[in-house]
Amino acid sequence: MAEYTLKVRRYQPESGEGPYWEEFQVDLDPSLSVLDGILQAKDRDDGSLAVRCSCRAAICGSCGMKVNGSSTLGCKTMLGEAHEAANRRREADAAPPRGSDEQPPPGSANGSAANPIVVEPMGNMPVIKDLITDMESTHWEKIRRVTPWLLPHGNPPEREYVVEPESMIDITQSMACIQCGACVSSCLSMEADPGFIGPAALAKAYRFVGDPRDAETKERLHDLAHDPHGIYDCTHCFSCIDACPKGVAPMDQIMRLRRKAGEEGIEDPNNGHNHEAAFIKIIEKKGTLDEALLLQESYAPGVKGKLKPTKSAIKGLLGSIPTVIRAFKTGKARSLSKLIPGVHPKLPDGAQDEVKAIYAHAEEHREEFNLYIKGEEDVEPEPDEREVETA
Amino acid sequence: MPSHDVLVIGAGLAGQRAALAAAKQGVSVGILSKVHPVRSHSNAAQGGINAALNPGDSWESHAFDTVKGSDYLGDQDAIEVMTREAPEEILHLEHLGVTFHRNEEGRLGTRAFGGASAARTYYVADITGQAIMHVLYEQLMKHSEAVARYEEWFCTALALDEQGECCGAVTRNVADGSMELFEAKSVILACGGNGQVWKPTTNALICTGDGIAMAYRAGAKLMDMEMIQYHPTTLAGKGFLITEGARGEGAHLLNAKGERFMERYAPNKMELASRDVVSRAEQTEIDEGRGFPDGTVALDITVVPKKRIHEALREIVLVGRDFAGVDITREPIHIKPGNHYTMGGIKTDVDGRTDIPGLYAAGETACVSVHGGNRLGANSLLDTLIFGRRSGVDAAGRAKRLEGSRPSQAVLEAEQATVDAILAREKGSGRRVSEIKLELGTTMDKHVAVFRDEAGIQEALETVRRLAEEAKSAYVDDHGRVFNQDLLAAIELGYMLDNAVCTCVAALERKESRGAQYRTDFPERNDEEWLKHIDLQRGDDGPEISYSEVTMTQWEPQERTY
Repeated sequence: MAEYTLKVRRYQPESGEGPYWEEFQVDLDPSLSVLDGILQAKDRDDGSLAVRCSCRAAICGSCGMKVNGSSTLGCKTMLGEAHEAANRRREADAAPPRGSDEQPPPGSANGSAANPIVVEPMGNMPVIKDLITDMESTHWEKIRRVTPWLLPHGNPPEREYVVEPESMIDITQSMACIQCGACVSSCLSMEADPGFIGPAALAKAYRFVGDPRDAETKERLHDLAHDPHGIYDCTHCFSCIDACPKGVAPMDQIMRLRRKAGEEGIEDPNNGHNHEAAFIKIIEKKGTLDEALLLQESYAPGVKGKLKPTKSAIKGLLGSIPTVIRAFKTGKARSLSKLIPGVHPKLPDGAQDEVKAIYAHAEEHREEFNLYIKGEEDVEPEPDEREVETA
Repeated sequence: MPSHDVLVIGAGLAGQRAALAAAKQGVSVGILSKVHPVRSHSNAAQGGINAALNPGDSWESHAFDTVKGSDYLGDQDAIEVMTREAPEEILHLEHLGVTFHRNEEGRLGTRAFGGASAARTYYVADITGQAIMHVLYEQLMKHSEAVARYEEWFCTALALDEQGECCGAVTRNVADGSMELFEAKSVILACGGNGQVWKPTTNALICTGDGIAMAYRAGAKLMDMEMIQYHPTTLAGKGFLITEGARGEGAHLLNAKGERFMERYAPNKMELASRDVVSRAEQTEIDEGRGFPDGTVALDITVVPKKRIHEALREIVLVGRDFAGVDITREPIHIKPGNHYTMGGIKTDVDGRTDIPGLYAAGETACVSVHGGNRLGANSLLDTLIFGRRSGVDAAGRAKRLEGSRPSQAVLEAEQATVDAILAREKGSGRRVSEIKLELGTTMDKHVAVFRDEAGIQEALETVRRLAEEAKSAYVDDHGRVFNQDLLAAIELGYMLDNAVCTCVAALERKESRGAQYRTDFPERNDEEWLKHIDLQRGDDGPEISYSEVTMTQWEPQERTY
């Protein structure tokens, strides 16, 4: 047992008052969850403290919230761990240190009122009451936006659809989504563009795009690519991957959608697909990056691209000129010869052949890794957790 | 007044399947749930769903395993219906988009499960319930024109007309606290089980036996209420579930001496004997001092190849890591039997009909009975889908045939008055709802668990009756309208207490040991006197007992060994 302080951001819609902070003291084992803490406060001190919750085991997706500023599930964040995080946050906030006697108290295992665990409702969503947010307008509406049901063609077969076993494992990662909204809460793109379809709905979209039984793959990809709030609206910040309690890695699913869109010949407004292809080709040829070549190849790939450059290629290349000039001005690019394509040397002493061998190997062993294939990273159990287990 | 031909209360697998099936018949359907549908507890079904679909397997074999698993208390006509229709249901789900595991040929692949004579469990890693439920919800979104969804609406009572037929329900919109009377020609209860009556339990906080209690209050018969399953592998303290799939994949059970103790209890099936058998074996090891000091035995999953663990048991890797601090790929995890499933419930026929016309029940809320004294793993998802569908079809048929009658406003007014009375209780006038709930849970887990006897059950019943009195004055802190969860908890407590009384009365009545009911004072199964269902109906002084025959078709009771 240990004492913890939960500092909860509250809002009682019928009170006529704005949001406010309230601290609750709870007395629980460090291996119990922040949700357990909230429920103890609700049971003992104030039954009006509102929180959605049901399974307590990170399966139902009800208790999305922010703990110490991070979007997560309340039931999946342990009190001990959250208290340590609160201490770290406080220490970081207190830097640079002033006098030694004014140092914030170091984190102690038995908790202290000085370092409360901060609990808030999820972000990017209107708050209804305390920790309860309106997911309908911010989450479910967007899920429905991606036509979230299977669209097979023709009548179903007499028995099951016969599909590659790997394809089912691949989309099971998206199926693992419990619709908790933690990724939506953490999404930086959505903060900038509330219209962004967002990580959860796009991960859901991949569940159909990656499903060999679905017959509208092309239409889905065009739809998601041409929507200005679609797959190219993601800024690749990884927040959703950090926040997801189920390892769905929504951003990875968005990148898969982009890759498939590229393979489909859909033009990427950020030119990301061509840029990636150019990058891969240059490294295969030279081993290190020929930056002069990269720019051209990204916009006007190959001889054909240069003889007959598209409008967007010309626009892109011209648009890059100020960036190049700035690079020279600030000293990021130093040598003029770097501007001449083809001058960049290959790796010496047969090293280039080794790079090519790596490419060949990767091509032969092409596999979309996900958690159902490679598992979680191996984490050594913490020694103190061991003690709890045997106690 | 919202009005539908068919109103489904509860939106887990049974409810969603019922709503979709009813809508397919062309009637108007409403589905109402106290939580958002995807939060429903069907999510937690990890291991899979049974069907005799492989060449060489047969529904008869599946049916016999189920009959034997039920300790011959299951109704064999209902079991036949369920097992015969299972293969078609699996294919239907696959066609809708469930991402079932495939074998190397790309066809549906199976895993082994407890109490089964063949590997016939179809699965999606260890998130089978979640995967199926989210796909059904996809279909509900697709068919939103035909099925109106009332998400986060709480049901407080059923409405009956003057002929005693069910014609609607009283509900509270959780978001704004408004009370609404729904009109419906057929009402289907699909509210799940009552696991929260016990503490700890694998069940979610929402599993408070609402449907069972509402039907009981309306006068419907309940059946087999003493049959409460304790799952063999739950985490000590927190009660979280470790799927039977782990043992299906080959994991061992070990006592503190490192012995595979199932050799002594079920030498043929070992860890894959029926759940009641495995739970009793574990509890015996623990009670006789061969368990660990924390009152557990160990589940050793390290014998399963690591690659297979990641592919097929990933959820359990997460549960071990997040909730027990154990890496299950490297070391055994401590487990014990824990409350898991309500085999009993509202008595229905194979079309979900209760003995109140117009009222249907399906899934864990109902007792058809296909599980009898003990449910086999991976039969619960099947139960929800088969009988959810059948209820939906029959309820739609009834709605098409009948005019229906309007529910009386008096029911709504009475419910509003009840709610107002709860809100008016002064702070300090009684105990807190949470205190009463805690005492209820620990009492039931102590006395009405794996091993039972008369003195213990009697003590539990007396405690429950006292708690029911105390609940009448239990106060709430929240007096508002928006998301007043405090009020809902007080109503749920009432539901749980009704469930608890019924379970105690039935457990006291059944003076034998069968399935999940093991009476240390009557340790033998007694077919002569007790091969029958115990039915309960609400009377003036609590539940009144009657009996009904177990339906036998082709399987005579035999001694049950594994």
